Amino acid sequence: MSLYVSVEKRFDSFAINTEFSSESCRLGLFGPSGSGKSTLFGMLAGMQKPDRGTIQLGERLLFSSSCKTCVPAQKRRIGLVFQQGLLFPHLNVQENLLFGYKRLPKTERLIDPDRVIDVLALAPLLNRRAPQLSGGERQRVALGRALLCNPQLLLLDEPLSALDEQLKGQIIPFLKTVQDEFAMPFLLISHSLDELRLLTDEVLLLEKGEMIGKSHPEEIARRSLSSMTGYINLIEVNSASQENGFWSFPWGEQRLALADHAGKIGTTYQLSSKDILLCREHPQAISARNLLHCSVNKLFRYQGQVGVELDCGNGKKLVSQIVEQAADELDLQIGSQLYALFKASAFRKVC
Amino acid sequence: MEIFPSADWQALMLSARVASVATLVALPFGFIAACSLHFGRFRSKPFLEGLINLPLVLPPVVVGYLLLLLLGENGLGPTLEQLGLSLLFTWQAAVLAAMVVGFPLLVRSIRIGLEGIDPQLLTAGSSLGAGRFDLLINVVLPLTRRSLLAGSSLMFARSLGEFGATIMIAGNIPGLTRTIPLAIYDYSGMPGGESAALWLCLASILLSLSVLIISERLAHVQKREIPA
Repeated sequence: MSLYVSVEKRFDSFAINTEFSSESCRLGLFGPSGSGKSTLFGMLAGMQKPDRGTIQLGERLLFSSSCKTCVPAQKRRIGLVFQQGLLFPHLNVQENLLFGYKRLPKTERLIDPDRVIDVLALAPLLNRRAPQLSGGERQRVALGRALLCNPQLLLLDEPLSALDEQLKGQIIPFLKTVQDEFAMPFLLISHSLDELRLLTDEVLLLEKGEMIGKSHPEEIARRSLSSMTGYINLIEVNSASQENGFWSFPWGEQRLALADHAGKIGTTYQLSSKDILLCREHPQAISARNLLHCSVNKLFRYQGQVGVELDCGNGKKLVSQIVEQAADELDLQIGSQLYALFKASAFRKVC
Repeated sequence: MEIFPSADWQALMLSARVASVATLVALPFGFIAACSLHFGRFRSKPFLEGLINLPLVLPPVVVGYLLLLLLGENGLGPTLEQLGLSLLFTWQAAVLAAMVVGFPLLVRSIRIGLEGIDPQLLTAGSSLGAGRFDLLINVVLPLTRRSLLAGSSLMFARSLGEFGATIMIAGNIPGLTRTIPLAIYDYSGMPGGESAALWLCLASILLSLSVLIISERLAHVQKREIPA
């Protein structure tokens, strides 16, 4: 999918003036609140008209002030998923799902409703009315409803921010499955770096109405060394076995220990870079259940903090965050051999 | 039947007919007017809003007099006559009077319902391929059912009590245009008419009350279907 946007719009106290293009099918838009994310969403969806500019999606010109083109929202073929789901309260789940599908010409109904119902596990909900659904169920229906319109682009505006942590964790796997199953290009607007890292591979950075850059979500995460939480490692667990009161799972050539595990395949855990200790020598008699032999792959510094990218073998990488003094004492160089230590309870479930 | 002579029975039936027809005919216009005022962005909006609400603040006699001028000899009367329509002093004139006087109440109620619809819901509808008319019929209309019902019952009740504008353009012809309020007015000036007036008062209370109860019940059923 190719998306080219160059738009300008002025309000009394805010202006958005931005230009970007992307070929990515898993695109993210990151920015603090008030940065203009919603305005950009409105302009892409066709709800707000830019003062000037061009919006082109694939071969189709959606807006051009010079050609006086403005494709109306209902003809843009952009599927929207909102923060609150916004299902029609007077319709049941099935009617909500088919709202857009029924309005498509028969030749364009390329996505089978049964497949969407199956992938998003909606079968038990079909006869329920929208107000009877939980937040997570509502988002799944909204996602299915947008998908069934067979859009050229799915535009997701903070689809997880109204949900609590547990529900977020339940929705992310569905979003991933939708990406895999339907190969639908999407643009995810979010202020959560974790969501963007899990679901996108290119992120546009918006600040005060201007596009300040485009980068890989991992790059942005590494700039968070100085933040409260620091850099967060994301680790996917595919098969785990219980031994001696904790869970053990293979990770590259080594095994990791996990204090608590729900037992589902594909569960992702967070491991804060601040929780990983580094030792030059093999430590003796330690309480931490995870001890990995690794080598320094990359060092990056940010505001007095040092991020150490560790190669744990077989392409598995971890980032540990230490202060500069510690980095100097350990005399860290690219290729230095180290031991990384962390507790089995340091993992936090994401999804 | 002694306490309820046939003339009063006629007044009662006529009132019910005038109020029902006025409400049913006004309903689609009320919906269109409320939608135009809520969604529309046009210059003459304040003027249209004022015009619709005017009967609410004007004395009904003034509304009736203006209608009389409009439909009279110097107004649209001759044109209507050429078309074979003679409206003044017929039961249809009573319907017209009730419609004009009750219309602002209907529009106000529907607007309250429209204000309760999240505008983003319509954006979602557009993104799913629904055009404006499609959204109006398939999203806005079902979501305003409760306020349509509330507005209708309010208008029905107001129409039952309509007096001033009705007497101006429909007159007070027994069996033809004499509705309950007009009949009560007649009895109140008649020696020994008190009990007949009271019986009609009671009938009109029962009629209004039953409409309100039915509409409350229906609103309750819809609330269960579409919680706010």
